[in-house]
Amino acid sequence: MEQAPPDPEKQLKPATLEPLGRPDPGLEAVAGEEAERAREEGSEADTMTDNNFGLKKIEISVSEAEKRTGRNAMNMQETYTAYLIETRSVEHADGQSVLTDSLWRRYSEFELLRNYLLVYYPHIVVPPLPEKRAEFVWHKLSADNMDPDFVERRRIGLENFLLRVASHPILCRDKIFYLFLTQEGNWKETVNETGFQLKADSRLKALNATFRVKNPDKRFTELKHYSDELQSVISHLLRVRARVADRLYGVYKVHGNYGRVFSEWSAIEKEMGDGLQSAGHHMDVYASSIDDILEDEEHYADQLKEYLFYAEALRAVCRKHELMQYDLEMAAQDLASKKQQCEELATGTVRTFSLKGMTTKLFGQETPEQREARIKVLEEQINEGEQQLKSKNLEGREFVKNAWTDIERFKEQKNRDLKEALISYAVMQISMCKKGIQVWTNAKECFSKM
Amino acid sequence: MEGEHPASQARSSDLRPGGGAPFAGSSGSSTLLQADVLDLEEDEDDLEVFSKDASLMDMNSFSPMMPTSPLSMINQIKFEDETDLKDLFITVDAPESHVTTIETFITYRIITKTSRGEFDSSEFEVRRRYQDFLWLKGKLEEVHPTLIIPPLPEKFIVKGMVDRFNDDFIETRRKALHKFLNRIADHPTLTFNEDFKIFLTAQAWEFMEMNNFIEIFSQKINLIDKISQRIYKEERDYFDEMKEYGPIHILWSASEEDLVDTLRGVASCIDKCCKATEKRMSGLSEVLLPVVHEYVLYSEMLMGVMKRRDQIQAELDSKVEALTYKKGDPDLLTEEIGKLEDKVECANNALKADWERWKLNMQNDIKSAFTDMAEENIHYYEQCLATWESFLTSQTDLHLEEDSEDKL
Repeated sequence: MEQAPPDPEKQLKPATLEPLGRPDPGLEAVAGEEAERAREEGSEADTMTDNNFGLKKIEISVSEAEKRTGRNAMNMQETYTAYLIETRSVEHADGQSVLTDSLWRRYSEFELLRNYLLVYYPHIVVPPLPEKRAEFVWHKLSADNMDPDFVERRRIGLENFLLRVASHPILCRDKIFYLFLTQEGNWKETVNETGFQLKADSRLKALNATFRVKNPDKRFTELKHYSDELQSVISHLLRVRARVADRLYGVYKVHGNYGRVFSEWSAIEKEMGDGLQSAGHHMDVYASSIDDILEDEEHYADQLKEYLFYAEALRAVCRKHELMQYDLEMAAQDLASKKQQCEELATGTVRTFSLKGMTTKLFGQETPEQREARIKVLEEQINEGEQQLKSKNLEGREFVKNAWTDIERFKEQKNRDLKEALISYAVMQISMCKKGIQVWTNAKECFSKM
Repeated sequence: MEGEHPASQARSSDLRPGGGAPFAGSSGSSTLLQADVLDLEEDEDDLEVFSKDASLMDMNSFSPMMPTSPLSMINQIKFEDETDLKDLFITVDAPESHVTTIETFITYRIITKTSRGEFDSSEFEVRRRYQDFLWLKGKLEEVHPTLIIPPLPEKFIVKGMVDRFNDDFIETRRKALHKFLNRIADHPTLTFNEDFKIFLTAQAWEFMEMNNFIEIFSQKINLIDKISQRIYKEERDYFDEMKEYGPIHILWSASEEDLVDTLRGVASCIDKCCKATEKRMSGLSEVLLPVVHEYVLYSEMLMGVMKRRDQIQAELDSKVEALTYKKGDPDLLTEEIGKLEDKVECANNALKADWERWKLNMQNDIKSAFTDMAEENIHYYEQCLATWESFLTSQTDLHLEEDSEDKL
């Protein structure tokens, strides 16, 4: 249907979006310019309108997190965290940004938004949300959702999610997304009014399709395989990383004991006393340096986690394809069988088994008029079927084309982001080594002066 | 010299001006004392604080005569206006010069007479030098940080070219030290301090410091041994986890065409750091652990040595006691005591000499062990740093290459 896919080079632009490595808020997204070049959406056009994002640069930030208490659906008191979302528009002229909207949302509302996007943009690899519960924790990290460090990391994750959506050429134009950022009250009702939950494919249907589909596009089969591998390897990596972090923490912290004992020992030493005491101090510094080091590593882990969750998003697109393909195959099969039935009725030969055929045999032939009526019905159905098949085919091909474009876009983004994450990991290691050299050099000096 | 001497002797050149002068309660002697003080120069007043104080002293603290027997102490009490029962009497007298190869110093004799049950005996005679008084003061301040500990005379007079061995100086100091101890004895809390008791009674004073050192050293070296072993264990556990970490990146690179170089690079760095960790571990077990462990054993050894020395001393003490209480043949005992005194002196000198040698060695060994450990750690981090830095350079170079390719 629509024009050529966007220029891949320009697609790189949304990388003004920094991956999760940077903890500070207020990261920018250049949404509008890409939207101009974006491809139009297909059948679900009614949920998408040209919105304000079309032409302006916007900045989105999740700037604060606050504990709240309220009553939930079952009228029970609950504690939850609310996040402040601030949207600023940047005027082209002077580059100044002005706050245009600011509202509070909780995690469940983000989930609602994402579920909506999943239904209405099944061909898009929808950015994932940060994890609901802390996983892959090493022992010192709290797995508690209310823990301030977890909340902080989640705040960054949610901001990242919004930035990803805002910089996606298609998703950024979605009205519900726009309202999410601008309309505090009533947004939930608005989303639910779209009836997206009804449009969602049932899990059972999808599972069934996955098993039964005969000819899915090979690329999607490969993609599914890839996403499984991605998920498995990143999970494994995160698990081992958490264990390594745990051990490293142990090594550093035990050295802190030296500090205490050296200090006590120095009390009975005359010449050695000073050296011991100051060396002990450096041991304390060494022991406490691990906290910052591991906190930085946590951000790296979050970057990897995002792609762990992206694997699921990839699979969702594959599932949709399988569902559509299966649907198509079923429709084709149905059409073929109807055609055959029709032919048999017309020629009088029974090649296929049918209940009608059996009963006819058992209870006597039907009248020619009856047969004519049946042929007519079948011919109508065949006609309809052929139309449907045609449109399903078209739909299917359209889906594959659009999906594949987004997948290519995703792949480029993934390669960029992961490479950057790995490099930032190297940078972290370098910093850790430098700190280590410094502390031990100082300690060595104290020891040699004893 | 025992007993009292008139205050006029305070100015004699005799190295032993004698104790008792402060006890002369008559105003005559105190006026004389005051006269001495007034002779000193104006700016030396602040240095000789106690001399002035002597004239202002509370006469009630010091009885007119030093009691010579426990019984007389009770008599003494009856004459006092004091309602408190005084059961601890201390004098500081008989300063003596000691010359050793290293230094020369003065000791003062301290006689303690007491009727208190906690004391093993009713009379004690010990010799202490100025720095022992400093030790006592330090201990009291440590245990009772907010009590008002009596002041000590100052360590050394800088002004006025008065040398440490001047009679006046010694006498003044002696009086001040006497005052110091008695003030403590009169203090309701400090008088029952354990270190005070040790100060007044301990015979093997020089070894008391040594004992204290050995006790604490033993504690600390054992802790350090435990800590060092624990570090080794933690490093081993870390190494074990790291071994698994690198290969995952290789596994990952199999499904990522565009990230192969980067992933392999990271894997290789991790593996190299892993090897460096192994080296660090073995370094630790070579340079630090054996040394620390050896000194753990040494500390046990030292405690044994102290025990044996104490035993030799105890042998002598029991013979002396036997002689005092007339148990056994006095002549035989005296002969045995003579031999044992020699034995004790030998043992003590041997220990003192060896102690200094041992301490010096210990310092050197500990110093080099820890310095080496620090060096191992520095080396480890330097290796890891080099690995990651070269990876980073290769990545950024690659990046530049890619960029220039795109532009073509």
